[in-house]
Amino acid sequence: MKIITLAGPPSVGKTAIIAHAIRVLLAAGRKPAAVKFDTRSPVDAERLKRDFGIPTISGLSGYLCPDHYFVSNMEEAMDWGAHQEADVLFVETAGLCLRCAPHIEGIPAVTVVDCLGGFDVPTKMGPMLSCADLIVVTKGDLVSQAEREVFIHSLPRNAPRAEVLPVNGLTGTGVRAVLRWLDRQPEGANAASARLRHDMPASICSYCTGERRIGRVYQTGNVEKLDWKAAP
Amino acid sequence: MSLASISILAGQGRDGGVEVVRRIDLVPGDTLAVVGPTGSGKSVLLSDIEQLAEGDTPSGRRILLNGRAPERSPLGLVATLSQRTNFVIDTNVATFVATHAACLDKPGEDWPNIVLGLANRLCGEPIRHDDPLQGLSGGQTRALMIADIALISDAPVILLDELENAGIDKHAAIAALADRGKIILTATHDPVLVLMSRRRVVMRGGAMVHLHERDAAETLWQERLRGLDEIFRNARETLRGGERLTLGGIL
Repeated sequence: MKIITLAGPPSVGKTAIIAHAIRVLLAAGRKPAAVKFDTRSPVDAERLKRDFGIPTISGLSGYLCPDHYFVSNMEEAMDWGAHQEADVLFVETAGLCLRCAPHIEGIPAVTVVDCLGGFDVPTKMGPMLSCADLIVVTKGDLVSQAEREVFIHSLPRNAPRAEVLPVNGLTGTGVRAVLRWLDRQPEGANAASARLRHDMPASICSYCTGERRIGRVYQTGNVEKLDWKAAP
Repeated sequence: MSLASISILAGQGRDGGVEVVRRIDLVPGDTLAVVGPTGSGKSVLLSDIEQLAEGDTPSGRRILLNGRAPERSPLGLVATLSQRTNFVIDTNVATFVATHAACLDKPGEDWPNIVLGLANRLCGEPIRHDDPLQGLSGGQTRALMIADIALISDAPVILLDELENAGIDKHAAIAALADRGKIILTATHDPVLVLMSRRRVVMRGGAMVHLHERDAAETLWQERLRGLDEIFRNARETLRGGERLTLGGIL
């Protein structure tokens, strides 16, 4: 079974890319399955199941950090995929705060970004880009050729080892190149011993567990303050 | 990359029947118009080229570069321009052009002047260095994009998708791209654009059904339509400029 992790900011088209890939794989007689980690709503996974009839499962992190929730469930997700006798397992994460990357050593890692956010987005994204094997660039049809070229040229500086492929999430143009790339990737690693490519940020203060009062006295755990004494 | 030719090898239409047109070869400087009603498969053909189909798209077509199936999709092979294309960044024209040239390692030249020189030949309303990109009209935007693709972009293949009514001198635009040795495919309903290409492929039901070459009669039509297009553009610029149209302009 080939496993592939997909990460990227909200609304860049991660699920659309998976949907186009599933359509192509099914037409070729393959058996894809999808695990979708999200924060609140399972609609994406339900849509994949409804549109394609493939095994899908949705994990909702609720008040937990979605990336921590993703890592805590990755081994089970891979076992589930094997149990479904899938030959390609897509694992999509919510990827919200851009401090970490959900990518795992030995498992093909895809990060999706769109062209609409401006030229300094790659610098802002950090490990999610630098840990990727493949960067998929979406929404290129909405911007000028020059903007697309400047954006794509700025990516390798931040992700020297990644390949870059453009995909149109609406039409699916480019998704075959992604699947040809996937064919060249190794089979998935053993989850029990696999390691994250980048550490996850600490997330252990009172607000992580549902505290809503903002006063100092209610803050416990790993609380970090800006240097207010040095402020002018 | 250096590209001597690109070839389109037939697949099948939506009904599964093999395409009548078996193969189209294009070399630098060639233009090919793609015609047919909405839904006939024009965009799919452009999309096959954009992702270098290997028989793995719904059309079953194959795309060859320099006569061979490419091993990898080379990034930067294809530049695209469509009605949907917009500038999204917030900067002025000169900074934008200079940024694009710098990121492609093309320093030294006065790129803003060079690009604006061409853009302003394509478009009636002059574009200035310090104009904000977001303030340009539709015609100015298209003119700047075409000049930028012709002069700065390294992509050897240009896909123009339904670029009609852009308010620019289409003939000069296509000529500027072809003069730079680009291979141009243009999907269009505009007769001026169609006849500007020496060859045109006709799409129906997802398949390439004819490959026409412009003949003597169509060359006369091309000249006539180009003249009409120029009259139309001049009238637009005159009215837009607050002037009156005179009898002298039409008799």
